[in-house]
Amino acid sequence: MTRHEKLSMAQALNRALRDALSDDPTVVVFGEDVGPLGGVFRVTDGLTAEFGEDRCFDTPLAESGIVGVAVGMAMNGMRPVVEMQFDAFAYPAFEQIVSHVAKMRNRTRGRVALPMVIRIPYAGGIGGVEHHCDSSEAYYAHTPGLHVVAPSTPADAYAMLREAIASPDPVVFLEPKKLYWSKEEVELGPRPPAIGRAVVRREGTDATLIAYGPSVPVALEAAEVADREGRSLQVVDLRSIVPFDDETVCAAVRSTGRAVVVAEASGFASVSSEIVARVTERCFHSLAAPIRRVTGFDIPYPPPKYEHLHLPGVDRVLDAVDDLQWEDS
Amino acid sequence: MTGDADHLLPSDTPVTLIDAHGHPVADAGRALPDDAALRRALASLITARRLNDQAYALVRQGRLAVYPSSHGQEACQIAAAQVLDEGDWLFPTYRDTAAVVERGVDPVEALTLLKGDWHCGWDPYEHRVAPHATPLATQLPHAVGVAHAARLRGEPTVVMALCGDGGTSEGDFHEALNFAAVLKAPVVFLIQNNEYAISVPLARQTAAPSLAHKGVGYGLPGERVDGNDVAALLSVLGNAVIRARAGEGPQLIEAHTYRMQAHTNADDATRYRAAADVEAWTGRDPIVRLSAYLSIDETAFRAEAERVAEHVRDGLNRDIEPDPAQLFASVYSSPTPQLREQAAQLADELDREVAAR
Repeated sequence: MTRHEKLSMAQALNRALRDALSDDPTVVVFGEDVGPLGGVFRVTDGLTAEFGEDRCFDTPLAESGIVGVAVGMAMNGMRPVVEMQFDAFAYPAFEQIVSHVAKMRNRTRGRVALPMVIRIPYAGGIGGVEHHCDSSEAYYAHTPGLHVVAPSTPADAYAMLREAIASPDPVVFLEPKKLYWSKEEVELGPRPPAIGRAVVRREGTDATLIAYGPSVPVALEAAEVADREGRSLQVVDLRSIVPFDDETVCAAVRSTGRAVVVAEASGFASVSSEIVARVTERCFHSLAAPIRRVTGFDIPYPPPKYEHLHLPGVDRVLDAVDDLQWEDS
Repeated sequence: MTGDADHLLPSDTPVTLIDAHGHPVADAGRALPDDAALRRALASLITARRLNDQAYALVRQGRLAVYPSSHGQEACQIAAAQVLDEGDWLFPTYRDTAAVVERGVDPVEALTLLKGDWHCGWDPYEHRVAPHATPLATQLPHAVGVAHAARLRGEPTVVMALCGDGGTSEGDFHEALNFAAVLKAPVVFLIQNNEYAISVPLARQTAAPSLAHKGVGYGLPGERVDGNDVAALLSVLGNAVIRARAGEGPQLIEAHTYRMQAHTNADDATRYRAAADVEAWTGRDPIVRLSAYLSIDETAFRAEAERVAEHVRDGLNRDIEPDPAQLFASVYSSPTPQLREQAAQLADELDREVAAR
């Protein structure tokens, strides 16, 4: 039965965890401060009280250990969902993620699956100090064997986390911190799959904005402003970086002939670069202009008082749109 | 704080039950395993030695890319596998092929990684043996996870997690022991201290009184054992397994042994250690002392060892044609659209290559 509730993204994620714990006795949630505190963003609020310490528990403060223990539990019949407290605090787990989480199925010729989810509160826009705002998706997306997803709405957050937990493959689940408190009506019943499937968030005919996670609201706002200025922008939300939905993205770009990729991460050797390359390879003859990227600068994530200069904003997106070689300009 | 330090400290000297000359040690404070258990161990030691030496020879013949031999460490290999029940798990490193085989894995499958036919050659669930871990100590947190999952379900599983002296310097060694102790996970950590991490001697690895002392810092008991005395290993590891199965938590055991050969065939051990040092350990060989104790002529067990060696030679001399589709088949539960495209591209390249011949 489908229910609807108005929830923030953090609440939607909490609900997804609670429903998964309820529905599947093999699901376990663990990490730093996820127990009685409910996580620093309260995503695991109330889960230990409701399901007990065997199902949702605090661990020693050690990210490699958290992910490594999750690998073993996933090998032995469980579906662990682990929380890295912040994007930049996940790096000690990088070896476990790259050398084991991503490779176990392949190295055992499919005999050992690792159905596990690594939740990472990620990216900026919250005035976080050093080491709390990294956009680390490219590291994971570059590693074959991982699924890498980033929801942009509470409804997607709920549905995609349920789907990630049910997936037979390991999923790096990137939660845009600045959207934790965004609210909307969330459908809590089963929904069509979202992992591997991009979605058109706004129809438009002049150019396509391609975004994911925290950049989707920026793209939507830019489209709103452009509309008032007489330009019709389409917005595609990738939702899933790996697997990448070439079909939806390319169909969208072919329909407008122009595109801008919007992402917070630094642009050099990035997911944005990959999107430009693959869309250009596939849609060259439909393009009226080179695809532009609007990304963070190639700098370490700046201090809170400089953040607004770094993050792709509406004006920078619209400047890029203006540069798309319009015949009338 | 949990656990008092006195209870956690290892003995001053490694536990030995049969000395290097094959004599039982007086006042060892522990019972010797019975003769049937020791005969079984001797048979396996001889097979393990033959496996090590056969694999080493196959590298020279170009049939294996490389082989990290456990020649001289066979007592640790055999005891680690023999103290486990069927439902238990073994987490090996790359030097632990003999333990993997003793656990029941086909030796040809156990050597698949080094032959180059694939990464892990066996089904880890068949004998409950995890894949060989190459990045040091990274398998130890997995061992804790397997044990913790079993404990949550109330299963009596114990996990034997192997690592070397070099591996104890890695962060994952620390994290695994800490997690295991906090979670009271039924894991027995066995360090085979063979004195060298490739070329680097133990003194460059740690300033601890012994590697077993590291357990104190995590609140888990440490013990030191003569790694060339299979009787002592069976006793110490066996007790640790019983203890873990009874819910008394993890234990850290350091076995003092020696890597008699180079790190792998690609290594030149003469650059960093003297022949006399190696020679000194020859007199402490695990097979020599056990056959002396049992007064058994080891030739009695040679037939089985030769049968295994022949099986290994046959398997490794058989070339398996690589299946290009396998490259893409198991990256995910089902290939992404991009991997399907790439698989098709490779298949097309190969078809055209055949057509052009």
